[in-house]
Amino acid sequence: MSDVPVLAIEDLTVTIGTRRGPARAVAGVEWSVRAGQTLALVGESGSGKSMSMLAATGLAPRSARVTGRVHLLGTELTGLPDDQRRRMRGRHVGFVFQDPMISLNPVLTVGRQVTEAAEEHLGLTRRAARTRAVELLDLVGIPSAATRVDSYPHQFSGGMRQRVVIAMALACEPDLLIADEPTTALDVTTQAQIVELVADLQRRLGTAVVWITHDLGVVAGIADTVAVMYAGRILEQGSVDAVFANPSHPYTAALLAARPDPAAGGGELVTIQGSPPSPLDLPAGCAFWPRCPVRGDARCEHELPPLVPVSADHRVRTFYPHPADGESR
Amino acid sequence: MARFVIRRLLQSGAVLLGVTLVVFLLLQLVPGDPVRVALGTRFDPQTYEALRARAGLDRPLVVQYFSYLGRALTGDLGVSFRSGRPVTSIVLERLPATLSLAVTAVVFAMLVAFPLGILSAMRSGSLLDHAARVFSQFGVSVPDFWMGIMGILLFAGVLGWLPPSGYVALTEDPLRWASHVVLPAATVGLVTASILTRFIRSSMLEVLSEDYVRTAEAKGLRTRVVVLRHVLRNALIPVVTVVAVQLASLLGGVIVIEVLFAWPGIGRLTYDAVQARDYPVLQGAILLVAALFLLVNLLVDMLYARLDPRITAR
Repeated sequence: MSDVPVLAIEDLTVTIGTRRGPARAVAGVEWSVRAGQTLALVGESGSGKSMSMLAATGLAPRSARVTGRVHLLGTELTGLPDDQRRRMRGRHVGFVFQDPMISLNPVLTVGRQVTEAAEEHLGLTRRAARTRAVELLDLVGIPSAATRVDSYPHQFSGGMRQRVVIAMALACEPDLLIADEPTTALDVTTQAQIVELVADLQRRLGTAVVWITHDLGVVAGIADTVAVMYAGRILEQGSVDAVFANPSHPYTAALLAARPDPAAGGGELVTIQGSPPSPLDLPAGCAFWPRCPVRGDARCEHELPPLVPVSADHRVRTFYPHPADGESR
Repeated sequence: MARFVIRRLLQSGAVLLGVTLVVFLLLQLVPGDPVRVALGTRFDPQTYEALRARAGLDRPLVVQYFSYLGRALTGDLGVSFRSGRPVTSIVLERLPATLSLAVTAVVFAMLVAFPLGILSAMRSGSLLDHAARVFSQFGVSVPDFWMGIMGILLFAGVLGWLPPSGYVALTEDPLRWASHVVLPAATVGLVTASILTRFIRSSMLEVLSEDYVRTAEAKGLRTRVVVLRHVLRNALIPVVTVVAVQLASLLGGVIVIEVLFAWPGIGRLTYDAVQARDYPVLQGAILLVAALFLLVNLLVDMLYARLDPRITAR
């Protein structure tokens, strides 16, 4: 296994032109993911986690301006002509989107949808593609794949559709799998099955995975590294062990505290007051400052905290690391 | 599929029966006495009564309707008050003219509207998109007879490229048919193209924002493949309805255009029959138009099932 990360992003910034002016959806994001590893991007809706992935792979809306550097298997993507970037994306990256009810085309058979990327990028014939489709559907655990290959998406349940989407993402044996909240639209038992399926496929295929989620339970279960995003910026990132053991940003600490804890019994859940700032009107200093339980000083309000190391594999963007005594526990 | 077709055919038959009743009753309400019109100035009471009796107009309405219906089922739609010829053959004679005009106009409209609608949706906000919108606004708002007259003045008058009016059967001389059909078909087709361009554009735009289109793009498919395989196929579903409604209404004959271009179609026939109060011909024409309308609708429903797999499943 080479030392080159499968995907490395540096200083990625996305500004979307809207009628009410430019909206900065992503600012200065930086991370990388290696083969066989899972990176979790965590954040609330609108924190820029999905947009950063779409922009990195050339899928951002036309109104978006994307700057920064994106290396896929060592190849710089941002400067590449559309056509080459399209081919790199199709050949090396598989996508699993949030809602399988709407991410599959209703008028094409699932077999056709699963392998059309392989026809395009690997030059498979229609006949070979069909055989491959059956294999893939079988791989993701769809019963009697040989007959289901000719079914249409509406003939599958939600969980089965998401399996189809995963089969589709794996069609070209990608080096990177991007899962954008793949379990949000599913019921709880199905969620667990899908998470397990992806983790299992990753172990067998050695794929790198970027898992976009707001479910910290999933992060703890499957991710190696985590990046917590808020208002387009990374607030804290590092290995899952380090971040979960020692959440240093007040936001991360609040997120972890907001998780329901079965051991503690019922009782009211802790919440974070307020809502994230509008990307059209971001504060000059720390974007989380207005909601921050620590409520530092004027510096927080006017000055953007830099991303500073807490330990070797753990960085945080705050003037007031939480708990206040830092790594001393 | 077979069961679906049989069910739809039965439904169509019921609708057609309703049409005969409505047409029959409507004509009873129309003022004017057809026998008087037929006799013209040679009016004497004896001939008048004889003619009325022969046409069955002296019998009760219910009897008139059921005897009309009974004969209609055997293909006998009565005889024209004016010419005395069988209505069935009069109406069927006019069918090829209307059919060829309608089909040519719709094909012309689709050839214009599909590229224009697709391109303007894909480059929405571009110069081409604005031009397409001006075109369709123009086509929808300018009356077709005015466009027809301008077409005649320009292409038949000033340039002398095309005949100003008239009709030659396609089977008789395809080339001369073509030269005669161009102007009326383009006039009618322009209106249809305008309506269609709008629908295709908005339908495409709607589908372009669907999640599965992003999925297709994520797979790294060529834009052409994304548009033709993923977008267009879905965008077509509502467009098919519009094409069908347009085609069906053109099959009913475009009265103004047929009169303007001396095109001997169903529209012209209907117009003349109204003028002459030739009830049997009018009934026959309306019945034929209704039947064509139902046939087009049946074909469209079958096409739907082909385009959208979710429909056959129900």
